[in-house]
Amino acid sequence: MRRLFATLCCYVAASLTSVYANEPIEVDADPATVAAVSSPPLSATTVETEEPVSVAGLLTNLTEVKLSKALPVLKQLETLGGLDMLPMFKGMLEGDLYFVKASKEVVIISTVDGELTAQGVLSKKQLADVSKSQLKKIRVNNKLRGFLKQAIARLHISHPDADKRLAAVQALLTHLSDDTIATLTAARVNEADEDVQAMIDLALALYQADSKDSAERLIAVNIMADSLESDARNKLVKLAENDTDTQVKVAAAKALKQINEKIEFYGFIDQLFFGLSLGSVLLLAAIGLAITFGVMGVINMAHGEMIMLGAYTTYVVQLMMPNAIEYSLWVAIPLAFVVSGCVGILIERGVIRHLHGRPLETLLATFGISLILQQLVRTVFSPLNRQVASPEWMSGSLEINPILSLTLNRLYILAFALLVFGLLLIILRKTSLGLNVRAVSQNRDMAKAMGIRTDWVDAMTFGLGSGIAGIAGVALSQLTNVGPNLGQAYIIDSFMVVVFGGVGNLWGTLVAAFSLGIANKFLEPVTGAVLASIFVLIFIILFIQKRPKGLFPQKGRAAE
Amino acid sequence: MKLKSIAAGVALSLGASVISISAIAAETIKVGVLHSLSGTMAISETTLKDTVLMMVEEQNKKGGLLGKQLEAVVVDPASNWPLFAEKTRELLTKEEVDVIFGCWTSVSRKSALPVLEELNGLMFYPVQYEGEESSKNVFYTGAAPNQQAIPAVDYLANDLGVERWVLAGTDYVYPRTTNKILEAYLKAKGVAAEDIMINYTPFGHSDWQSIVSDIKKFGGEGKKTAVVSTINGDANVPFYKELGNQGISSEDIPVVAFSVGEEELSGLDTTPLVGHLAAWNYFQSVENDANAAFIKQWKAFTSEERVTNDPMEATYIGFNMWANAVTKAGTTDVDAVEQAMIGQETPNLTGGMAVMNKNHHLSKPVLIGEIQDDGQLEVVWETDGVVAGDAWSDFLPGSKDLISDWTSPIKCGNYNTVTKECSGSK
Repeated sequence: MRRLFATLCCYVAASLTSVYANEPIEVDADPATVAAVSSPPLSATTVETEEPVSVAGLLTNLTEVKLSKALPVLKQLETLGGLDMLPMFKGMLEGDLYFVKASKEVVIISTVDGELTAQGVLSKKQLADVSKSQLKKIRVNNKLRGFLKQAIARLHISHPDADKRLAAVQALLTHLSDDTIATLTAARVNEADEDVQAMIDLALALYQADSKDSAERLIAVNIMADSLESDARNKLVKLAENDTDTQVKVAAAKALKQINEKIEFYGFIDQLFFGLSLGSVLLLAAIGLAITFGVMGVINMAHGEMIMLGAYTTYVVQLMMPNAIEYSLWVAIPLAFVVSGCVGILIERGVIRHLHGRPLETLLATFGISLILQQLVRTVFSPLNRQVASPEWMSGSLEINPILSLTLNRLYILAFALLVFGLLLIILRKTSLGLNVRAVSQNRDMAKAMGIRTDWVDAMTFGLGSGIAGIAGVALSQLTNVGPNLGQAYIIDSFMVVVFGGVGNLWGTLVAAFSLGIANKFLEPVTGAVLASIFVLIFIILFIQKRPKGLFPQKGRAAE
Repeated sequence: MKLKSIAAGVALSLGASVISISAIAAETIKVGVLHSLSGTMAISETTLKDTVLMMVEEQNKKGGLLGKQLEAVVVDPASNWPLFAEKTRELLTKEEVDVIFGCWTSVSRKSALPVLEELNGLMFYPVQYEGEESSKNVFYTGAAPNQQAIPAVDYLANDLGVERWVLAGTDYVYPRTTNKILEAYLKAKGVAAEDIMINYTPFGHSDWQSIVSDIKKFGGEGKKTAVVSTINGDANVPFYKELGNQGISSEDIPVVAFSVGEEELSGLDTTPLVGHLAAWNYFQSVENDANAAFIKQWKAFTSEERVTNDPMEATYIGFNMWANAVTKAGTTDVDAVEQAMIGQETPNLTGGMAVMNKNHHLSKPVLIGEIQDDGQLEVVWETDGVVAGDAWSDFLPGSKDLISDWTSPIKCGNYNTVTKECSGSK
């Protein structure tokens, strides 16, 4: 009796809501909505009041209930509101769901061009001039977020975009209930996209794997054998261990073996990528040093601070253009080059020039400069780390399959490091500056005799090396903390890479950076992060004992 | 004539003021502040120095203690651990302070401890720590492991159904000891060894790719997994960022942190952290009158955008208790105050009472909060009542028989209940 009443309420409420009043209910439109609307509210028992439950009422309820009591309300909203609740659920998941303190109207807020706009969940109308002080946030916790994700996935099963459908089914894999299976079975009939079909088949197979019929379980095992989803693997593990039917057990064990082989293979690729990525960071940090130290022979202890200046330039650029974070990096890259380059030229003209041919004094002087620069940054920006935002296009990952996904920021930085390396190579090989630099580094006196202004070349070379360090700073600001100590963390690594690769050899730096990165990442799972870097250091010490000039020593007359 | 009388008046008042100044100087109670104001720990410790100064100012407005004004003596040990010992000696012998509020890292406390015991000083230590210590000269107002780590693990296991555990920490004494205790505790609860993954990283670690990828793999094997993080300092930012980039959300694998609070979250992009957890004994978001007043006072003392955090509450409780104990003892003598401290009760900022136990540790409530996008923590779980701090963990073989009791007849920091002997500090 009660159930019947609730169902009745449900229909009345659904037809009463403004949304449904505006558009006629299309019965054959999508199975999800129909299923959602026609099924009785899940938690009819939790609402003790006699008044009919409406979406509007539930929304008001949501503004009042405690966080721990919000789940039943959301469940009812899903059953009653169906697809129309989708924007609200998404808003709530993102933390953009608020309510107007005075009217209790639930709104989704968004910021367009720095202006706050609020849209009513029910009315779908923009609210005229609202300020944050009039609104109060509807809070969410992990339990609710979990539910919201599932609910969004359920509602997305009939989304027109195939990628959305795929993600929806994938999200549902871990929690398969009878209802979900029914919806999925219905959706499978009309599904045209092959990937989504396969994913739904997998979901059905996961469900079937618990079937009492061993023949059905066997079919399920065969379907799951082709999948790399962790849910399928976990199910197979269980079947291979506990299944009562030997045939199923053997099939599951065989499928598991195949999957594990694939996992091992992709795990290797994953680790290789981590190594390359660490290598690209090392390359970026060291490549500027490869010029100032490698080509000019100046031991520049302030090199790390050039990186730091680049990172702070990114921070300042983002401060200047808070509404265009997406493009901030493109502005920051040339700017960081100029800032660090100019500081580099200043250091060269002001200090290093006077210490020519006295490496120990140069080392001490540049170390002093590095301390001055750190303190300068502390005084200007505060000793606390500064927050540099990552643009949208740099966060997230490129998913190749369920077990192999490459994070985008690392991927971009790897490409960027190679690009910078290529550009630098072209500058040194093809431009007249490059020719001069090489001439001066090979034989300073002879170059001078040929009419090359060695002073000018020195300043330019140092500027170039420092500028590239600045660019590295922009990249590093996306990976690590931007603070006064940023440079110190990379100076030792940079020297290590340059010395290991062979002083004065850019290709050596490239090879050294990547091999150290890969070695580190392959050691890490075995030894832990702390020991891995120690082992790498010991290896380099031993290597330098054996080959003091590094991997690729300079040959011929250039070598002294 | 007139001029002369004015001159005499001025001279007289000058003399009077000199006398009154010297009278105050002789009659003040000196409060030493031993927090780093420079170096790596300055970020966290400067806040506590300001808290003590605020409390001293507040107490002086109320008329001081025992009819005397309080005077704060601030020194800077500069995040340099051996310097903590020197500065402690300076405070106790040269400045002759009556009490010290100080230290943050365990290593700095261990450095100051021998000097405190030698010169019979008194120190209040306000930060959560790994336990396994109880000195007659130190009161520990921060959380012991059973007031932070163990309840957090209980919450994850009981409320979130977590079955697999990643214990990730920075490589130094606090994470190592805490993880040792947690590992023993989990194993005692029947968690298999292969369901526990332990990982240590250096200070300031920034390349989290392979570790996060390992956590993802570890968590993808069918059992609900959580990360218990004792990762300290700014290494947390790239860690949470990497979690976000590799698509691990707080519903899949929640991270509960013991070193991430309001202060660490302020001025930080919280997007990748939202939904993850932190375990403390106090959150700024707790709503009650005492806390509202404290926050208001703090913002007035510093600036509007500053936040309050757990070690500040511990300092607040410690200071109030010390003030009450001095009033009760009627003197600032260390031995008298030490005995008067035990059993002291003072309101904490979460709506309950803090009690100082016989082992120099407090009874505190334990709160679990979820990180919100405004950098505040929303309480999702709390213990029913207060939990008494346990100096010696019951889950480590070396310390499970030890207790600390500073009342007679035991009067011992590490009393063995089996052999009935006090081994060491008395």
